[in-house]
Amino acid sequence: MSAREQWVAFLTLVTKEIRRFTRIWPQTLLPPAITMTLYFVIFGNLIGSRIGDMGGFDYMQYIVPGLIMMSVIQNSYGNVVSSFFSTKFQHSIEEMLVSPMPSHVILNGYVVGGMVRGMLVGLIVSLLSLFFTHLSMQHVFITITVVVLTAALFALGGFINATFATKFDDIAIVPTFILTPLTYLGGVFYSIDLLPEFWRTVSLANPIVYMVNAFRYGVLGVSDVNVYASLGVILAFVIAFYLFALWLLHRGTGIRH
Amino acid sequence: MSALTIRNLTKTYANGVQALKGIDLEVKKGDFFALLGPNGAGKSTTIGVISSLVNKTGGDVSIFGYSLDTQRSLAKKQIGVVPQEFNFNQFEKVFDIVVTQAGFYGIPAPLARERAEKYLRQLGLWDKRDKQSRTLSGGMKRRLMIARALVHEPELLILDEPTAGVDIELRRSMWDFLTRLNEQGKTIILTTHYLEEAESLCRHIAIIDHGMIAENTDMKSLLEQLQVETFVLDLARPVTEAPQLEGFEVWLRDAKTLEVAVPKSESLNTLFVELARLNFEVMSMRNKANRLEELFVRLVEQNLPGEQAS
Repeated sequence: MSAREQWVAFLTLVTKEIRRFTRIWPQTLLPPAITMTLYFVIFGNLIGSRIGDMGGFDYMQYIVPGLIMMSVIQNSYGNVVSSFFSTKFQHSIEEMLVSPMPSHVILNGYVVGGMVRGMLVGLIVSLLSLFFTHLSMQHVFITITVVVLTAALFALGGFINATFATKFDDIAIVPTFILTPLTYLGGVFYSIDLLPEFWRTVSLANPIVYMVNAFRYGVLGVSDVNVYASLGVILAFVIAFYLFALWLLHRGTGIRH
Repeated sequence: MSALTIRNLTKTYANGVQALKGIDLEVKKGDFFALLGPNGAGKSTTIGVISSLVNKTGGDVSIFGYSLDTQRSLAKKQIGVVPQEFNFNQFEKVFDIVVTQAGFYGIPAPLARERAEKYLRQLGLWDKRDKQSRTLSGGMKRRLMIARALVHEPELLILDEPTAGVDIELRRSMWDFLTRLNEQGKTIILTTHYLEEAESLCRHIAIIDHGMIAENTDMKSLLEQLQVETFVLDLARPVTEAPQLEGFEVWLRDAKTLEVAVPKSESLNTLFVELARLNFEVMSMRNKANRLEELFVRLVEQNLPGEQAS
């Protein structure tokens, strides 16, 4: 396949993915908007006003970057895991397997489709947050870089999960038992500096801490961890996950007998 | 030139089942080829390997001279596959399914839309283009898969049970469509359980059995191997027992129906003379089974003692 043909195939897959999640927007775009608005109202307005400052900002301002990041993580993961697994489940993956599309084009198409949904939901949540607080971006480049890399990482995570999944339960296990706890314990609602030394050290093993803090640094200018180390950690995970997902796809794990 | 060349193809699944035990097959360009075999014989595995849905264990496959191992992209562009099971997204629109498939082959959107219209019209689905595919009838879904397989205009079309569950009228119209495609130069390989379909459409045939090719020849030569043909005779008057006819095997199916096995060495005239002599009046006559079916069953029974063909 020539580079131009690969580009056409990639755009086709990305368009298909975007068409899918926009067609079912009440399941994909609306729920995170409602959930995050509730977070803003309950944690930000009602409880937050009694908590006071955190990291030099009022509580609402402090949690907004974390909640935006949480939306990006959940939606980029959720899009790819459900779309790719449904494709396997309905056997429509065969449409791609019989075609001359190379494995990296298939992977890129799904990952970019997941990133688009993650970032679109992130944008919706950001706009909603403006009804509750004032946000100004301190470091535009870092903010965008962190969002893009995080969306890519979790889209890849969703792809790997879907590759191994053989039933619908398998695509719910990781988000429920791994992703949600890591996100809630990843410094979305608090500064890890508030934790005792032992738990602070344990928290540093949670990759989501780096993503939330790097994004918070981009928006508010404060972080519990070194921002460039955070970017390095995320990038390393993205590369490792990409190569692993590509290897799985190339050898046909979960999709070819 | 060969449209498809398979050399020593083997496949052993992870559970240890050896589905293909060294298949050699050649299909000429422009041929209409039938791949037959009982369930579990290895037909679908062979098609799976050719269409890259199954990883082979060993051997070589090339399509129009392009190796599936070393020139995968070029080889894949030559093939269109119509699988047995519906394998499209049930929630996508008919038009989008065909256009998207073209995109996967690197065909730019304007040309993809043009081709999608052409094939959806040819297959009588243009009116349904904006419908979700799940709302189509079974026959329409099968035609949708044919349109999708043709959108990149492959030279080799592989159809796995294309008319399974399709009504007679639609089956005939699909036969006409496939015949026209073949006349236009497309090479067609099909698997089917309707042996009348294979006999009517195909010029060459391979019978696969226990993961090996049991027969690979042209249809005419194969049919000539048929040593005995069984006919069903409807009688004018009821009888109580089957007549004894020298050179023929006769069974009484019911009071007014006989089954007669006619060896190739005997003529039907002899049969009728004998029946007339014994005062049996025959009102009508038909083949018990399609000739190819009869041969197929005999071949499979020879190879699989104790097992039943399907």
